[in-house]
Amino acid sequence: MQNDDLVAASAQRLFADVADIQAVIAAKDTSWKDRLWAGVEETGLNVAALPEDLGGAALGLYDSLGILRIAGGAALAAPLAETLLAGWMLGAAGLEMPAGRIAFGPSSFFDDVTLHADGSVSGAVARLPFARECAHAALLARGPEGLSVVLIALDDAAIERNSNLAYDPVDRVTLSKCRVVATRRAPAAFTADTALLIGAAARSLQIAGALEKILALTTEYVMQRRAFERLISGFQSVQHSVAQLAGEVAVSVSAARSAADAIEGLLKQGRDFGDPELRLEVISAKIRTASAAQKGAAIAHQLHGAIGVTREHVLHRLTLRVLAWRDDYGNESQWRERLGQLVCERGPEALWPLLATR
Amino acid sequence: MQTALEFQPLRLPEHVQRLRAEVRAFIRSEIDAGTFDPDSPEEDWSVHKQFAKKVAQRGWIGMTWPRQYGGQERSFLDRFVVNEEMMASNAPNTVYFTADRQSGPTLIKYASERIKSEVLPKIIAGEACFCIGMSEPDSGSDLFAAKCKATRTDGGWKINGSKIWTTNAHRADYMIGLFRTSSPTDKNRRHGLTSFLVDMKAPGITCNLIDQMSGVRDFNEVVFDNVFIPDDQLIGEVDGAWKQATTELAYERSGPERFLETFAVLRKLVEIAGSKPDARMTEAIGGLVAELHALRRMSVSVAGMLEAGREPVSEAAIVKDLGTLWEQDLPQRVRRATAHLPIDAASYGGFEQVLQFNTRIAPKLTIQGGTTEILRGVIARGLGLR
Repeated sequence: MQNDDLVAASAQRLFADVADIQAVIAAKDTSWKDRLWAGVEETGLNVAALPEDLGGAALGLYDSLGILRIAGGAALAAPLAETLLAGWMLGAAGLEMPAGRIAFGPSSFFDDVTLHADGSVSGAVARLPFARECAHAALLARGPEGLSVVLIALDDAAIERNSNLAYDPVDRVTLSKCRVVATRRAPAAFTADTALLIGAAARSLQIAGALEKILALTTEYVMQRRAFERLISGFQSVQHSVAQLAGEVAVSVSAARSAADAIEGLLKQGRDFGDPELRLEVISAKIRTASAAQKGAAIAHQLHGAIGVTREHVLHRLTLRVLAWRDDYGNESQWRERLGQLVCERGPEALWPLLATR
Repeated sequence: MQTALEFQPLRLPEHVQRLRAEVRAFIRSEIDAGTFDPDSPEEDWSVHKQFAKKVAQRGWIGMTWPRQYGGQERSFLDRFVVNEEMMASNAPNTVYFTADRQSGPTLIKYASERIKSEVLPKIIAGEACFCIGMSEPDSGSDLFAAKCKATRTDGGWKINGSKIWTTNAHRADYMIGLFRTSSPTDKNRRHGLTSFLVDMKAPGITCNLIDQMSGVRDFNEVVFDNVFIPDDQLIGEVDGAWKQATTELAYERSGPERFLETFAVLRKLVEIAGSKPDARMTEAIGGLVAELHALRRMSVSVAGMLEAGREPVSEAAIVKDLGTLWEQDLPQRVRRATAHLPIDAASYGGFEQVLQFNTRIAPKLTIQGGTTEILRGVIARGLGLR
């Protein structure tokens, strides 16, 4: 077993032990969240993408993002993706990573974070995932000397609570001359939208993982549910719906993994986040997984019938999250527009060469 | 199916990308020389024939096949990039396309030594065009209902009956066809069909062209009247053709031709949109490009599975199901995207024709080579539902 397989296996075990979807629904309180986080830190999932010299597991982006596919399959309602990416960004800038949960932003195209010459930061992040549960936030800011990575303590920020479709926190965070815990110039490979891009890749893998689980649940259900004196999996219309769901799952898994592989591979080659190939991979993954989320969730609910819309059933923990994750780190409409701009600027003759680079 | 959905993110290796550059340069020079128009498929058969010879000279036909028959034993990924570059530019590849994709590999696996040493080098030279004899007037998706008969005779078989919707039969040199050699059994309704290699020049064969709504003329009804097939043109097992289909289908269903058929429309859209279109247009283009990229990456991944010697039957069916629906929808979406542009005859002239042609061929894309309904059955079977 390789190192990354071990990490994947321990992540799977941890989520099953302390964040089992059915157990979370039945839980009387949210104490599972603290048990989960203790386990995350114990297994080192939070520092997966942090370099070794900074105390990380140095798994590489591809394998780190692979953990998020597993987290997606567990419908994990915890800032694991955010903390993992915070560690990656802080590490890339050569900054230490604090313990505990860390929010990661900007998380939308409308956010604006500015680092002042006096070393404080101001600005707003409109929907920062899990902000209220995090002690810190790692943010990409515009500074007097260009892009900077900043680490702030969220105690110093104004947090206005809000929640997403899946009832998870997406809080408005307002910073006014907020003290900075640590800051460093962003790596040369970073662009102003790097947090959005890497966040989009992370959400794509989470959606892909959750859709895989949705397919497994749906397949299992139609093979045990009887109607009209037979298993409903015997009906051709049901088979075709499940096949369509499988197609959406397949294209999501493929696109999300391809994006993760592209980011890691292209950055290693010395390319940056402005690289058209890298942008095509990541943006496509977010757009395609978002539409798969919509179609996949709809099919799964239709096939589950009424039981699937009950609070007690596990399905909604997955379906509401895949739908909610579409809106984080750029929604599909915003990314479509940006990808379209990129394609049009390069012109018709450059379209096929861009598509066929890998 | 958990493992079936793994879809490793394959990166095409360096040597494959070098080959791509060669293919692209060749295509560029052919377009510049006026050999063909990348906006619409070539109708002149002599152009296809000459083009096949040129491609053959470069060693790009049958490139994965064994050396003893003239192949080069190159990787399946090499073939993949040659194919996708040809598809993306509407290159006139009809002479060799079917033979290169599926007929050749079928012969290599199941044909007699005489046939292999005689026919494979002709394909590789760009001189043998193949058609596939599957559908019949009363048997389309349900292949196992085929009735066109092969009966034993001295030294071989006699074929009587007819095939229909046979693409390029009228100009093909050979057909690989499915013929009824005995009745299905109660236990196995797929029993009783046999594959043969048919020489299309053999006496007793009549091809009747059938025009399509798109103006394309490549469909045929093929009538067999006591056509003699020598024994050594049997392909595989008598009565057991159903056992031979699986791998071929994975090759046939996962390639770039399953999502690039109408690609010219998208390239034209980007052309008429210009470099700074409004948000409505960029959003439309961005969405289409994102989806196409995702399809292609899935297809590349399946190519990697085939190269690794696996049989990704469900995965290939998924590529074709999603890919053909996408390419079918593309002209409609491009039409909507251009709805708000001012009508300017100069920029629209070529565009409108390309859009019309691709809209006319669109309905066929989800029928040929396994309908949407058949594919979904295959996927459901892979999931254990049937």
